[in-house]
Amino acid sequence: MLARPEGGDMTVQKENSMLKQKQMLADHFMELSQVRETGKKVVYTFVPGNLTELIYTFDMLPVYPEINALQSGMRKKSRDYIREAEDMGYSEDICSYVKCDVGMMVQGNIGPTGQQLPPPDLLLLSYTGCFVFMKWFENLKHLYPDAEIAMLHIPYQEGGRIEPDHIEYIKEQLRTEVIPKFEKVSGVKFNETKLGEKLDLSAKAEDLLIEIFDSAQNRPSPIDAYFGGVYYIGPIFTAFRGSPECVDYYEELASEVRFRVENKMGPITPDGVLQEENFRLVVEGPPNWTHFRGFWKLFYEMGAVFVGSTYTRVGGVYDDGFRHSSDDPLKSLAEYCLGCYTNRNLPQRIDLIERFITRYHADGFLVNSIKSCNSFSAGQLVMMRELEERLQIPVGFIETDLVDPRYYSYSNIKNRLDSFFQMLEQRQIMKRRMEAVA
Amino acid sequence: MAEQHMTTEQYTAAIEKARALFEDLSYSYAREWKEQDPSRRVIGYLPIYVPREIIHAMGMLPVGIFGAGDRMSIVKGDAFFQSYICHIPRTVIEMALNGNMDHFDGFLFPSICDVIRNLSGIFRLKFPDKFVRYFDLPQNFDRKVGGSFYHREIDRLIEGLKALNGHELTTEELNRSIELYNRNRRLVNELADLRSDFPHKITAVDFYLVLRAGGIMTVEEHNGYLEEILELARAVDAEPEDKIRVVISGAFCEQPPLGLIKTIENAGCYVVEDDMQLGMKWIKTDIPSDTDDPVSALIEAYLDQSEFSSAVYEADKPKGEQLKQQVIDRRADGVLFCAPSFCDPALLDRPLLEQAMDANHIRHFGFQYHENLGQFHVIKEQAGTFADMIKLWE
Ligand code: SF4
Ligand code: SF4
Repeated sequence: MLARPEGGDMTVQKENSMLKQKQMLADHFMELSQVRETGKKVVYTFVPGNLTELIYTFDMLPVYPEINALQSGMRKKSRDYIREAEDMGYSEDICSYVKCDVGMMVQGNIGPTGQQLPPPDLLLLSYTGCFVFMKWFENLKHLYPDAEIAMLHIPYQEGGRIEPDHIEYIKEQLRTEVIPKFEKVSGVKFNETKLGEKLDLSAKAEDLLIEIFDSAQNRPSPIDAYFGGVYYIGPIFTAFRGSPECVDYYEELASEVRFRVENKMGPITPDGVLQEENFRLVVEGPPNWTHFRGFWKLFYEMGAVFVGSTYTRVGGVYDDGFRHSSDDPLKSLAEYCLGCYTNRNLPQRIDLIERFITRYHADGFLVNSIKSCNSFSAGQLVMMRELEERLQIPVGFIETDLVDPRYYSYSNIKNRLDSFFQMLEQRQIMKRRMEAVA
Repeated sequence: MAEQHMTTEQYTAAIEKARALFEDLSYSYAREWKEQDPSRRVIGYLPIYVPREIIHAMGMLPVGIFGAGDRMSIVKGDAFFQSYICHIPRTVIEMALNGNMDHFDGFLFPSICDVIRNLSGIFRLKFPDKFVRYFDLPQNFDRKVGGSFYHREIDRLIEGLKALNGHELTTEELNRSIELYNRNRRLVNELADLRSDFPHKITAVDFYLVLRAGGIMTVEEHNGYLEEILELARAVDAEPEDKIRVVISGAFCEQPPLGLIKTIENAGCYVVEDDMQLGMKWIKTDIPSDTDDPVSALIEAYLDQSEFSSAVYEADKPKGEQLKQQVIDRRADGVLFCAPSFCDPALLDRPLLEQAMDANHIRHFGFQYHENLGQFHVIKEQAGTFADMIKLWE
């Protein structure tokens, strides 16, 4: 369910938060495997624009096909699944998450813990910031014809701001399309107060999350906001937002991070705590999952730490003050969906990255361009040029794929990164010289 | 005999007019149109559908931007898009940066996919003085919900356009535009029927060029042009050939090069239906043009009478069924799934459409292309084999 790898090639020094996360996930998958006995209903939905609090308000259980796909990538299953989907007629050119997910379902829908995932009772198509979502769930609807499907269309922030009537449009869809379908499938009447309580708990976790992300302002940064970000900082958010356990988790994590700040410790990597921070980077684009550890190693062995990343904002941007709120619960959900990273227009995204670079004192900006993800990839070259011009910082570019191992070329990535690191090094030498002269 | 010769010559000359417009990557028609009156404005729109009636009623010329195909070498565009993104955005940006569209006052990017969406952001950054709008169409088809949202989107569009020429849109003007576009769609459909009934009278390339011209000329001129083409095509004396009848599906955005369309026909396939210029016939019926609220008329037509498309949530109307119906209506022998490489909407729909065709025993085959594809022999061979197989089975 989460980005957190199970098995595969990952073994990371465990902190309490990580152990806690492991337990929460295991419990969640256990619950999913028992729905036949418990009668709990299952919702499949997406990470961007996820309505986790609403799902739990109806006592239903979420499954995130994107996360299953990335888990399959980490568990080295994606190659087979993708091949299966391509045999069914899915093109080589399209989003590999979709193919991986479809292939997994066709091959028995075995989830990350080896247990079979239950089929969806409700497909919640939260169409937020990626066109593929719509196609993906149209395809799932054909695979699961008995499932109810609810479409929630989130208008794009084309003008660089949230339009009040867009909030109304989303609220109307929640009232007339989404909530009635939840009620129908779950047999539970919608309770706005219960939703509000969950949203307030979300806000608490969101404060803690931002505290954790902001800890990257320190030198050394106590977190890696990309690999660590997707490994143990962000994931719990999607699955458990709105629950007291989620708040507990982030309290635990925040206290660990505070400890590392006080003790001037770097982030935890698969080879232990990073001892020396050489380069501070901000990255745009999803990571590669099929070679997650090797990919991470390319950075930490050079002492490169990610102090900011956009991918950890796909499930919500809290950096500019937005918090879920019980004041007007449906409005709050609408604002959250509208604000997700990929639902922001390109100039807004560039501004956000610029803020990350300055706020977290980054030395360079890197794009990991994903072959099969147009939502992220289209426009990244422009982002690079804009940021280079605005901030005069070195920019780097590498290409991988999310879960299609055919598009991970170690030597290509290594070569490009070597030149990028050289550029960064030279920049640092020059900076030191100038400081010495001054 | 001499009369027939005249008709053929006239027909060829008429088609050449559309070809010249198609070839002209400087959009001179729009430039000349604009120069005739200082209040005139030109608005470019990307595939697939925008309500051109509104642009027209605001005293502006809507111009379809469908990329430059194989007619432009890419120098700058490749620096904007990675190799694994479809081709159309790079020729669009190339044309824009080269100044081919300097006389355009604005650009509309309808919600069709992530590439077009992000391209709108690139235009915002690169052309800050132009009117640039991502035009979000509703994916909720309830009149009160999706309809209200769309109403506000259209209001915003009208406001944005008004800022360009100060024009205050009236009910009469919009009704008149709706009527003109109704006429346009009727004529396009008439031509499509003619092509389906007598595919030997108008080739797939000719038909395509005539429709493409509709995204360049004023609607008034295009209506006259369609009438002329209809008359001439009917009179063309051509012998039917032993070809199969196919529907082309998936080519609604980045356009196949003319050579590819020709290749399909030369390989033994009459194209009796296609989605290459889907926006020209997006609304399937006439839109009421005598109401007090023409904006609502446009909205209702969009919600209830849109052609099926990969860009629209299928809700409870499976696209496979609709494609099947097209095959039946056009008495087609099969479907060619013909989509641009890396095109998410078309390629993600393909497996389901293929399954629907299989379930209905409709033969099909699929391939991918780039707008600047130059080699067609593989496709020619495949299409030829497909045609031969069908002839053999029949
Ligand atoms: S295209 Fe990108 S954002 Fe969209 S589903 Fe695929 S990986 Fe996710
Ligand atoms: S060709 Fe397909 S992917 Fe490319 S811009 Fe058009 S619809 Fe989008």
